[in-house]
Amino acid sequence: MTVPGIKAKAGLLSFILLAIFLGAWHLATLPKSAVQTVDDEYAKLVGAQAATGQKSTFPTPADFGRKLLEHAADPFYDKGPNDKGIALQLSYSIGRVLFGFMLAAVVAIPLGFLIGMSPLGYRALDPFIQILKPISPLAWMPLALYTLKDSAVSAVFVIFICSVWPMLINTAFGVAAVRRDWLNVAKTLEVKPVRKAFTVILPAAAPTILTGMRISIGIAWLVIVAAEMLVGGTGIGYFVWNEWNNLSITNIMTGILLIGLVGMALDLMVGRLQKLVTYVE
Amino acid sequence: MSLFRNPFDPDSKLTSVCNCGRHGTQAEHEASKNQDGDALAENAVEQAVMRALFPRDEVRRHFLKTVGAGTALSAISTFFPLAAAKEAFAQGAGKLEKQKLAVGFIPITCATPIIMAHPMGFYARYGLDVDVVKTAGWAVIRDKTLNKEYDAAHMLSPMPLAISLGVGANAQPYTMPAVENINGQAITLAMKHKDRRDPKTWKGMKFAVPFDYSMHNYLLRYYVAEHGLDPDTDIQIRAVPPPEMVANLRADNIDGFLGPDPMNQRAVYDGVGFIHVLSKDIWAGHPCCAFAASREFVTKMPNTYRALLRAIIDAAAIASKPDNRKQIAEAIAPAAYLNQPVTVVEQILTGTFADGLGNIRKVPDRIDFEPFPWHSFAVWILTQMKRWGQIKGEVDYARVAREVFLATDAAKFMAEAGLTVPKTTSKTFVIMGKTFDPAKPAAYLDSFKIKRT
Repeated sequence: MTVPGIKAKAGLLSFILLAIFLGAWHLATLPKSAVQTVDDEYAKLVGAQAATGQKSTFPTPADFGRKLLEHAADPFYDKGPNDKGIALQLSYSIGRVLFGFMLAAVVAIPLGFLIGMSPLGYRALDPFIQILKPISPLAWMPLALYTLKDSAVSAVFVIFICSVWPMLINTAFGVAAVRRDWLNVAKTLEVKPVRKAFTVILPAAAPTILTGMRISIGIAWLVIVAAEMLVGGTGIGYFVWNEWNNLSITNIMTGILLIGLVGMALDLMVGRLQKLVTYVE
Repeated sequence: MSLFRNPFDPDSKLTSVCNCGRHGTQAEHEASKNQDGDALAENAVEQAVMRALFPRDEVRRHFLKTVGAGTALSAISTFFPLAAAKEAFAQGAGKLEKQKLAVGFIPITCATPIIMAHPMGFYARYGLDVDVVKTAGWAVIRDKTLNKEYDAAHMLSPMPLAISLGVGANAQPYTMPAVENINGQAITLAMKHKDRRDPKTWKGMKFAVPFDYSMHNYLLRYYVAEHGLDPDTDIQIRAVPPPEMVANLRADNIDGFLGPDPMNQRAVYDGVGFIHVLSKDIWAGHPCCAFAASREFVTKMPNTYRALLRAIIDAAAIASKPDNRKQIAEAIAPAAYLNQPVTVVEQILTGTFADGLGNIRKVPDRIDFEPFPWHSFAVWILTQMKRWGQIKGEVDYARVAREVFLATDAAKFMAEAGLTVPKTTSKTFVIMGKTFDPAKPAAYLDSFKIKRT
């Protein structure tokens, strides 16, 4: 008999936890046997729970499963600007996040490099960064809508502004913390500044930079949902908002599950990159 | 269903030979489509005159056969000013400056004409390709319209006034060419307040209205003030976007709301609230939402603006007939529009509804659609803006009303759509037993005990 490895044990435990969760959910939402308190004609005009004098209840796991299958059956339909399939909505959101994130990377990494290499620049810019960093990206939204005058650009701007700070700070920190010995070696070999930046500093700071990127993409994905709820139109955030409008809890949960899955995938992706550049001293 | 058959749908079956039924063959139909609009319009005028002169087909044909079409036309033009008639007609429907438009809406039944015009083909009827875009809240719809992402939008009728005056927004000349709906709102209370029907006992309760510059806000304030409560100190009023109202009521964040439908009926449907009073019982025939566009759009694209307004007024005319309401409910309930169960929308539009307390009420004019933008509506709204301190200083009520509420165009297209057009732009009305005279706004304002002026 072989002893199961820790991986298999963890998998089994995860599965048991999920089963317990679903079971508890199922038990908690079992339909209560209730007597209709109003006449039939009235009952036809209101929801099933309202007819028995109760508020509408939380859906059961089976309801949720059915809704998931429904979405999986036709994820790409497009019925005009206000009604699109779930996969299309997700792709809009992912597109926005990646675009805003790339823009932020293009700005933050070179700027972080400069700040990291110049102690004077670091000190001069520090107060601005410290003030701008803690601002909730959504607080920028009204300002962005007002000045950029375009809701799609505003959404990307909000992603940009929320992902720029972790990358900027981590890059600057990573660059500033490169071991002095390595820089000294470069100096004795009379390496030119540009070559030094690419062959010594960049590889040395890469793990820290990637950590910043990983934090950024996580935040960006958190923010896009809220941003899309505000500006509407397309995206998974809009989907959740639209279904809130309809009080369709099963659809909202579908949205939540997918947001979680995509967020995990994005994080894993950058995590892989991070592993590639990590080195042991 | 023939009423709503899209005349531009090539799949629709008709008995005659071509798709539209006006031509002998499909090829002829295609050829006529390629003519430019002006030539078509001229043709239409000539035909109309010819038919008016010779109403009987045999007589007309006989006359044409004997003298020939060209001679007949020149003969007619000697005693009938055909050229002038053609010109007058052409001004009515000129070339569209822009065909592809975006019109924003909030998913509530007030927007019925704007929404239904899309699935039912009213925009297409006037050559427009309109995207109706669902929007998250009033502030967003305002900003997107001011940004010109939307060419025109569904707004609350006080919003164009507020935008024009620069309160709660940068001043920009705005217009309201048509009211979308009258009545159609309600005060909904949470189930736990079932026995608290007297507003005098509402001290300390929390209410939601859709927006600060909304009829809902002014009506709720008016209603509680008439019952002796100060809306600023005795109760709490907060702005909550309509779609979030039922969720908040369910979560006990608010005690009630004066909100648009379908939210009132949805609260009943989900068993979280009951309809305390319909807004029509506060003020019968009050305006609510509006079709709004910037003055720039109206002046720079007059033909597009007119086509859009016509489509919406036509839709309102159809919606004002009770017989059509069931079909409309089905058309606007799907996910792309209101995203509500059909029965909820149907109860609102037909006025036969469950009130949340176990009664079925029959109020056919629970919501109605009368597009005429009465100037006196604007004057009343301005008095309330002043009453609650949203605008300060002197207001030229009549001038603002005239500039923002464009009654002339609406009257013209209403007549074309077969609606009765009022002769004046001002009328007095009664709100909770108190008469409002639009000629004396200052005296009206002074007569209130509870006010912020």
